[in-house]
Parts: sequence; structure tokens; C-alpha cells
Amino acid sequence: MNRVLARQLRTNVCGSKHIFQRACSTHVTRKVSSTAGSNESNANSTGDSPQHDIAIVGGGMVGIALAASLASKPLTKHLNVAIIDNNPLLGRKNIIEKGHLPDPRVSTVTPATISFLKDIGAWKYIEEQRHAYFDKMQVWDYTGLGYTRYNAKDVDQDILGCVVENKVLQSSQLSCVQESDLQKTIYPARLNSMDMLPSSSLTGLGEVPSTADLFMRGRLAKLELSDGNNVYAKLVVGADGSKSRVRELAGIKTTGWNYSQNAIICTVEHTVENFTAWQRFLPNGPIALLPVGDKFSNIVWTMDPTEASDRRSMSEDDFIKAVNDALDYGYGPHPEITSSGGSSLSWLTGDVNISAKERFETPPKVVKLSSERMMFPLSLRHAKDYVSNRVALVGDSAHTVHPLAGQGVNLGFADASALSRAIAEGIALGTDIGEVRMLAWILTL
Amino acid sequence: TFSASAAKNPTSLTAVCYTPTRHLFLIISQSLLMNQMQRILSARRLSHSIIPQSCFLHRRWFATSETDASSPPLMLRRPQKIQTLEDKASNKSRSTASTTSSLNEQELAKFSAIADTWWHSEGPFKPLHLMNPTRLAFIRSTLCRHFSKDPSSARPFEGLRLIDVGCGGGLLSEPLARMGATVTGIDAVDKNVKIARLHADMDPMTSKIEYQCTTAEKLVDEGRTFDAVLALEVIEHVANPAEFCNSLSALTIPNGATILSTINRSMRAYASAIVAAEYILQWLPKGTHEWSSFLTTEELTMILQRASIDVKEMAGFVYNPITGRWLLSDDISVNFIAYGTKKE
Repeated sequence: MNRVLARQLRTNVCGSKHIFQRACSTHVTRKVSSTAGSNESNANSTGDSPQHDIAIVGGGMVGIALAASLASKPLTKHLNVAIIDNNPLLGRKNIIEKGHLPDPRVSTVTPATISFLKDIGAWKYIEEQRHAYFDKMQVWDYTGLGYTRYNAKDVDQDILGCVVENKVLQSSQLSCVQESDLQKTIYPARLNSMDMLPSSSLTGLGEVPSTADLFMRGRLAKLELSDGNNVYAKLVVGADGSKSRVRELAGIKTTGWNYSQNAIICTVEHTVENFTAWQRFLPNGPIALLPVGDKFSNIVWTMDPTEASDRRSMSEDDFIKAVNDALDYGYGPHPEITSSGGSSLSWLTGDVNISAKERFETPPKVVKLSSERMMFPLSLRHAKDYVSNRVALVGDSAHTVHPLAGQGVNLGFADASALSRAIAEGIALGTDIGEVRMLAWILTL
Repeated sequence: TFSASAAKNPTSLTAVCYTPTRHLFLIISQSLLMNQMQRILSARRLSHSIIPQSCFLHRRWFATSETDASSPPLMLRRPQKIQTLEDKASNKSRSTASTTSSLNEQELAKFSAIADTWWHSEGPFKPLHLMNPTRLAFIRSTLCRHFSKDPSSARPFEGLRLIDVGCGGGLLSEPLARMGATVTGIDAVDKNVKIARLHADMDPMTSKIEYQCTTAEKLVDEGRTFDAVLALEVIEHVANPAEFCNSLSALTIPNGATILSTINRSMRAYASAIVAAEYILQWLPKGTHEWSSFLTTEELTMILQRASIDVKEMAGFVYNPITGRWLLSDDISVNFIAYGTKKE
């Protein structure tokens, strides 16, 4: 849970660093299983340097999703995978007690992500936990000039998405990994440094190459961990968030900027159950009210940093009042007219958006604050390259986006899905899976 | 009749890359032209990357002192089609003396000069590295079907003995070994074999590949047999395709599989390889290609048939100049791959 917290607050240096340190326990959960499936892994290790097919740095939602996806494919389930993350909870079976209050760190997963999670076998675990499907959305702004409504029925779907707590997403996928045949080793440590040599093929040949030999010839990447362990892997996957150490060590540049905005997240309670995703654009940024199941909703409220600090520190009653205000008559009136988007553009769109003609509705009132208020700064960051020599980036380490569209972790799951598919294809075609550019090429076939 | 068309010009292989030009003419757009030229020029290097794979180089039509080992790979020499009686005589004696395999030494020298770059996937052989997955996809699916292996297995070829004739730097042998096969790679160019050996030793999964500097004929003499025999982009370099197919057949166990790939002798191949590349775009000296030396699919099927190999399936490789990728297709009019089974 601390880890999840840390991920969510990844850009909040002070907050997350502190939690990281606390989470870094000395309890080592290491499971090395070797089955006959992989005849090479660990076979050539010299001394204390284990050799893996893939080292996933970062055991957050996306990193675990990659491991779970590899574990679910016949071509990749024999792989020897290292997961490097200092969250001590990773090695254990995560049981989330029923009846807990919803955690404020949630993700809105899209139907594409849901089908990915079904494919890897994680969705059945999520369905056992709290989750909230929604089939309607209403988006409007403070000027009162218009609004739009979406309904899953407009596109012949049952749902538009599902809101799931991050810790539920993570633990469900972890269950998949733990129950699989995948040879996994969890290293509860941080990545200190990473080394890989250029493929210098033709010099200094030993009869049976050791791990060190293979490293010297550029066939393995060497990872030095904070606990003093050295780990070797053919492929290093950076799933370590927007401040990715892997990305930094691989020398992959990024472009992007910080939004001068902070987001406040928290869980709130209504008197009735909420089934709609609401979003209103205010002068300083959008506020979103997402159903999280039962009578709870999640708030993601974007605003400028000073306002955010104020709202975070104000009394609970004042905060609830501010939220209700922001979702109702605050800053401006309700939209009076029905959305005109349908009529003026109907010759273009074919007037399919029936819900656009639905009446404007007011979101359910918030009656109680059910969690602490958390704040984190927002930024945009995009890696110039997702792959380099023996390195691939997935999730926020490759692209950090604004939460307003709810796309961040969905992109990460898509990365995990695409990378595992590329690795499977690479294995089918007998490629060295560390040849990432070849994998990237295969991916676009 | 085959021996007449069998006088092979190794450089004729350059035709492999001219598929793109065909597309080029379909897209006569000035704005695209420069971009396409770049892509196609890089694709052109494919030809050279394939050349070293040939291990049966009989350049009987050429004077022997022509090739310069130090010439850069892209600078293809214009073949001199002057054949003296002496040449003819010497060739005759050579070819009779060399059912084993007679090699053109200058060609060997040239290949050795460029062999170092075999394994740079971003290097001059990049197009071949890019084409490789497409060939492997065909090989994997046909051999899995032929030997009833599970295609969803990571190592479906476990227990199969495969030979890669004309293995070059091992671009095909290594993936096959990773798929579980017991691989023998042979190449007539000693340096290729050395490079293949060095590279294979760097990965425990490929270090068990047996590389030999030898020829198919010699292995036949030694009585070696394999479950599957692969000869990709080789037959267009051999002096006598019929004899070569006999050797491949002799190396294949009864009910085993044989896979060959080459260039079709079609109007399309002619248009893209010779008219476009040599005369219109002048990327290559006129006369580089010996169109008549390519085999059509029918001819290949026939000579394989005579060598007791039933061709079961054929597929084409098509180069897409926009994406820079090779795809498997039904279009076998330019580059094609054939899979056959050895009769009992």
C-alpha cells in the first residue's frame, strides 16, 4: 500500500521519498524457483550474480501487469523474471480486508484495459473486490454555456469504464503472478546503477561463457541494487514511474513540462449510490467525481498550488462545502440550454450521440469526507525513445500525462500488453529478447 | 537445360531488393520520391547481405581476376560477360572436377571483407535482419505443422536436427537453435563460419550449434542426414540447381522437410530488378543482373520433384517501401520460399 501511495505521489518528492524510506525494509522475500522450462537461466551464474531473462524495475501496477501478462502466455511463461522494488508487501499475498473504506488512489480503467486484465486472468480477482462500473458521463463547465453527456448505450456498450482502487489492481495482478509458473524473483531493493556494454562480439572468447563473460560481451545488462546485490538480465524494463531511474541510467531524454497545477484526491461519501462519472471544468482546472462503489465517490480536483494547499488544510466541513459548491452553482450557473453540439454538427456526426440531448443533471451531494486529502503536482513528461540497448520503458516512465482524461495507467497497461506480445513474438521467432529494437520492429508487424 | 541457365552470377541476387521499385512506380509522387529512394537504397544492401550466404559460387562466366576484395559492398562490379574458349575449357574441367563444390575465390575474399558486419543489426545488413523474422515465421509455422509440434511452445523444434545450408553469419541458425533445434550450419566461406561460431558462443542457447566450413555435397559424402534441410537464398548461386537439389534431398531423411527460398524469373522481377534498377534509376551498372539465371516457381518445383521432394507450399516475400518491412504474401512473383517433403 505504501508503494502504491508512493507511485501515486511519485512527483511529490518530499512525500514519496519519505514513504519510500519507510517502506524499504530489510525483510527479504526471495523466491527462486527453477523448473526445467528454462535451461539456461541461473545455469551460468558465477558466484552471487543471478542471471534473468527480464528484470522489471518497479513493481507497481504496470510492472506487475507486465509480469502477469508474461506469465499468462504459453511462449513467455517459462521466462525467468526479476522484479526489483523496495515495497515489502510485494512478496506476500496481498489480502485486502472487505469493508475497508475506499482508498483515494484509484484508476479509471477503460474497456480495453478490462479486456487485457481478463486475458491475463486478473479481472476475476478484481471482481471479488470493490469496483464500480459506470455507464454515464457528464462533462460541463463553469460558464454555464453548455454540457455534454455520454451513455454507453450510444455505442452499444454496457459500460464506459470501471473505477478500481490501485491497490486492488496491483494485488489482483500479483495474485496472477504468484499463482503462475513464471520463475520470479523479487528483489526488495532500489536500483542504484545499470551497466551494459556495447555488443563487442568477437574478442576474448571463453569456452563456456560465464555471466560476467556475457556481460562483457554486451549480452547482459548488469544492475546494481541498493542492497548490494548484482542482478544480470537480457532485458531491463523500466516500470519505475515518471522519475524513472532506468530511463535516467539509460540516458533516454524526455520532453515535457510541469503544469502549474496540483491535484487533490480523496474519497467522499454520498447518501445515494453514484453511477455516473462527473467532470466540471472550473477556472483553475477540472474537478472530477468518480463512482468507486457503494455510496462512495472519488474526487480528483485540479487547481493552482496555493489554492490546493488551502483546500487541503481547510476543515473537513469547509472542504465538503467547497466540493459541493464546485460541482453545483459555484463559479457560475448551471447550463440552461440543452447541448447544441448535436444539432449544429449533426450533419457531420450522423446524430448518433442520443445522450447529448439528455437533460443536464446535478451530481449527488457529498455528505462526508472518507479519507485524507492527498495532493500531488501534475506534469507532462514524454520519453524521446521507449527503447534503447537492452532497455524498454513502460507506463509513466515512458509517458506521464495529466489525469484529466483518466488515460495514464491505461496507457501503461497497453504498454505492458504490447511489450509482452513483442517478447512472445520475439521468442517465437528465436530472437534474443534483449534485442529490443528487433522487438519493437516485430511489434509493428 | 538447367545447366545453361545455371551459370550464376552471384550479383544477380541484388534483384531481391528491387521489389520496392515496383511500388515506387505505383507511387509516382515527387514528394515521396526522395524518401523512397532512401529506403530502397538501404533495402538494396540486402542483396549484399545475402551474397555471403551463398556457399556455392560458381562464376564460370566471369574472368577470374575481376573481383576486388576491398571494394565496398555497395559497389557491385559489373560482370564481364566475355567468355573465352579457355575460360570455357577451364570451367568445364573445374566443374567436372568439382561436383563437391568449386568456389570462386575472389567472391570468397569479398565476402570475408564484409563478414565482420554480419551481426550489426543497424549496420549494412539491417535489411536482412529485418527480413529474417518474416522468413522465420514461415519456417516455424511450416515445420511445426510438418513435425506436429506445438507452435505455442517456446522451443517447438526440440529434438529436431536441422541444417542451414549457406548459414553465413548464423542469422538463421541462431534463431532456429533458440527454438530448440539441434542446428548444423554450413558455409563455404571460412570467415563466415568463424564469425557464426564466435557469435553463437556468446549465448548459451546458441552455443551448441555445429558450424562447419563445408558444402552440402561433402556432407552427403559423409552420409549425414537431417530432419529438415534449409537453403535460403542459395540456389541462385549454385552452378547446377538440379545437382544441388539432389544434395539437399540426400541430406533430408525420408518424410523430412526441405525449405528453399530464391527469386522468381518473372516479368515483375525483370521489371523491378533490371529495367528499373539498372536502366531507369541506374542504381546498378547495366548488366548486373542475369535475369535468365533465376528459377521460376515451376522450374524449382520440377527439379525438386526430380530430386524426390514434393513441394507442398509456397509463399512470397513482399517488401513494403512505405513501412520498410517484409511481409509474407501470396504474391510469389518476385521473392518466394518453398517448403517440400522428401518422399519415402
